[in-house]
Amino acid sequence: MAIYEPVIGLEVHCQVSTVSKIFCGCSTAFGAAPNAQTCPVCLGLPGALPVLNEKVVEFALRAGLALGCKINPRSVWSRKNYFYPDLPKGYQISQYDQPICLGGAVPVGAKSIALTRIHMEEDAGKNIHGGAASLVDLNRAGVPLLEIVGEPDLRSAEEAANYLRALRGVLVWLGITDGNMEEGSLRCDANVSLRPAGTEKFGTRCELKNINSFRNVRLAIESEIVRQTALLEAGERIVQQTRQFDAATGQTKPMRSKEEAHDYRYFPEPDLPPVLIDTEWIERVRATLPELPGARAARYEKEHALSAYDASQLTQSRRLADLFDAAVVASSGKSAKKIANWLAGELARMVNAGEADVEALKFTPAQLAALQGAVDGGAISLGAAKEVFGEMAKTGTAPEAIISARGLTQVSDRGPIEVACDKAIAANPAEVEKYRGGKKGVIGFLVGQVMKELAGRGNPQIVNQVMREKLGG
Amino acid sequence: MDVTQLSLSALSDALSRGEVSSREITDASLSRIEKTDGNVHAFLRVTADAARHAARASDERRAQKRALSPLDGVPLALKDLLITEGVETTAASRILEGWIPPYDGTAVAKLKAAGAVLVGKTNLDEFAMGSSTEHSAYGPTKNPWDLSRTPGGSSGGSAASVAARQVTGSLGTDTGGSIRQPAALCGVVGMKPTYGRVSRYGVVAFASSLDQIGPFATDVRGAALLLGAIAGHDAHDATSSDLPVPDFTADLERGLSGLRLGVPKEYFVAGMDPEVERAVREAIDACQRLGATVREVSLPHTGYGIDVYYLVATAEASSNLARFDGVRFGLREPAENLVAQYRATRGKGFGDEVKRRIMLGTYALSAGYYDAYYGTAQKVRTLIRNDFEKTFAEVDAILTPTTPTAAFKLGEKLDDPLTMYLSDVFTLPCNLAGLPGLSLPCGFTKSGLPIGLQILGRPFDETTVLRVARGYEREFEWGSRTPTLTLPREGGGNLFGGVGSGKIGFGGDGSGGDGTGGVN
Repeated sequence: MAIYEPVIGLEVHCQVSTVSKIFCGCSTAFGAAPNAQTCPVCLGLPGALPVLNEKVVEFALRAGLALGCKINPRSVWSRKNYFYPDLPKGYQISQYDQPICLGGAVPVGAKSIALTRIHMEEDAGKNIHGGAASLVDLNRAGVPLLEIVGEPDLRSAEEAANYLRALRGVLVWLGITDGNMEEGSLRCDANVSLRPAGTEKFGTRCELKNINSFRNVRLAIESEIVRQTALLEAGERIVQQTRQFDAATGQTKPMRSKEEAHDYRYFPEPDLPPVLIDTEWIERVRATLPELPGARAARYEKEHALSAYDASQLTQSRRLADLFDAAVVASSGKSAKKIANWLAGELARMVNAGEADVEALKFTPAQLAALQGAVDGGAISLGAAKEVFGEMAKTGTAPEAIISARGLTQVSDRGPIEVACDKAIAANPAEVEKYRGGKKGVIGFLVGQVMKELAGRGNPQIVNQVMREKLGG
Repeated sequence: MDVTQLSLSALSDALSRGEVSSREITDASLSRIEKTDGNVHAFLRVTADAARHAARASDERRAQKRALSPLDGVPLALKDLLITEGVETTAASRILEGWIPPYDGTAVAKLKAAGAVLVGKTNLDEFAMGSSTEHSAYGPTKNPWDLSRTPGGSSGGSAASVAARQVTGSLGTDTGGSIRQPAALCGVVGMKPTYGRVSRYGVVAFASSLDQIGPFATDVRGAALLLGAIAGHDAHDATSSDLPVPDFTADLERGLSGLRLGVPKEYFVAGMDPEVERAVREAIDACQRLGATVREVSLPHTGYGIDVYYLVATAEASSNLARFDGVRFGLREPAENLVAQYRATRGKGFGDEVKRRIMLGTYALSAGYYDAYYGTAQKVRTLIRNDFEKTFAEVDAILTPTTPTAAFKLGEKLDDPLTMYLSDVFTLPCNLAGLPGLSLPCGFTKSGLPIGLQILGRPFDETTVLRVARGYEREFEWGSRTPTLTLPREGGGNLFGGVGSGKIGFGGDGSGGDGTGGVN
């Protein structure tokens, strides 16, 4: 029996973070009362005309330049015609045969997933079904979108989810979108086909519509692969169709077949002139591009001798990377590696455990530097510092305040340490004998007794040193 | 003074000299509409109260020497394709019946800001699709020169209202000749400005790459004043030009001397009415006598104009009219499901000609046909534009007949769409090339029907077009002849009771005499 290889390509729709809609001045804010954010243009009233919000082009350029696309100096708006109640004009203004960006790629781990194109378009409204009637909310109609079309370079559901995660990371990093999948800021369609492993020719594909979470991307594609595999193994043919993922059942179900597919009758939008982009505009946008995650991770490895893992962890989010940079500066550049450990280690653990949110951290870079300074200066132990870090991340309280409020200051004074060491030696004659007999490792047990006596606050270096002296070297 | 016999520019002058009040001329206009529109049917609705209110406000401004423009206080009419806040706007379609827009289109807002008195909304072919105003869902408009004939279209109501002197000026829209053709057939001045000169914001769209608002007026200077009031860049229309708007009246009296005029041989075709050809040739000769250099030119792709137009215009229309789906405004025919509701609403709401064009346009854009139809049409459109560009390197303006024939009978072409489409053969290329074009009266047929001379100019050179028009007009003044508002003699005489007598004094000199009567 043949082994099938999945061939997957994603079309990602990303809401662009502009204040106003793409062709009118209405607000794009989420959550307003239905139809509160509408005007003759986005309601599609007779006589109303679209006027392009140039910010959308700026954002498309940012995405295109960051992802290595070729920028089309002249791109054209087209009308995509179809009837639906949430589409007020009976057509969507989009780009078709002459999009703003061509080519490009998204780095996903060691692989690079090629892009076909990026184009700009307007979103449709939202139908609300229920009761005796269906209602239409057009607040979202005219919200600007970038559609990012990837090549069919993905080979598993997991890889598709990773691609989406990486793409989202770059787009959020660039400030192009808030990437909020729950509010619909990021949605994707997946094209899935199978072919016998080792062959070149693509199989018949099915398109899975409107997937709105990383989890569902994986589940939808996995279930589609299972479905297509079963069909092929039973000797049946795949029928080209559009399918919808039902999160409740975990299955995809058919929406429409190729025969029922819309003829969108694309033609150039006569109400809008072509988008002309000259080199000067491109360079102006390029100059505002931040250092991208990949470049920044490479710099961290080189400048701060971080591990590849830590560097990639720190560049998962621009906020996190910026925090790292600022904390390194606040520590006068001395503790980069240790600061990285806090963010890539302890913070990552807290995020995974749901105890912290990178985008909503309370502490400042200076506070993180101060915490590390307290460890370096011997004022607190590393264990105590973790406690302080946890508190800081949740409340933003200054580390000094947490240390003194919780009495976490480290005991470095020889007096109390000597008393505790004497007590431990007196209480454990057998272990002392072993040490003096050459079993030096026993000192760990004795130091542990001292630390217990000091309620964990003894400075480990000094405790070790005093104990060795008392035991006679 | 009989104000209903004054030209638009004479009215404007009389207002500024304080010889008449806006209230007086507005009342005269409204009462003339009341008396004559039962026969003409130029108006779909008259906004008398708002007009009188605006007239009073205008008189107050004039009294305080704060007139907003030369049009302050002048009664004007609007084609019912132009969107008016708070006033029902139907595009002469059942599908928009009862729709009261929440906003004013830019041209309408500009007229209001200029102090104009808007007396009502005029009839048209449904969605501006037609050449006779017979495709209105609310009944046809009649030609004031012969009530058994059409006024042309699609802006037939706006043209007829000026011809019948219900108003001295109005706005229409011109997608393939919808201002110039009815202007010719009704014996008034009508101008389509350069594409982009006037904002399209607030025009119910027919074919977006061709539509343009323009003025009708009794006289060339009146048209220039109206154009000046509505022209200019608009932040609401991305296709509106940001070129500065000149004073269109500045060059009007400079005469024809020194101008180079071209006469394209392709515009004198077999099947033309010989009377029309003779009148246009005489007008061209007159321009030469008045000091212009006239030469024959060639626009070799003219013959493709009609094919290109009916692909481009119907394609755009099929998309523009998709929004009339019964979901948000206008007619809704409830049905058992969504698709059935679409079908019922659009089936009932649109007339036959509109449906015909939606189907043609949908077909032209269909997968597999796009390149052959729409794509090819756009390429030929470029060739037509290039023809004009080459010609305008050699001449300053082009003179042609506006239409192949004078006004045709009601019903004559209604069942023969192709013949109807041919009545626009001389006006379509101007829209395809985006040029300014004007029609003005240049004579009458023996049976007393007006004939139009078309003047085409370079893009954004309305000034020269108007100068040529005025240079001819001031020697001939065909436009000052007024119509009889009657059926032809064999049809039983005057339908309009009391026309020939009384203070309006209408029709007294309009029954086919020498045509030089009137007031100017």
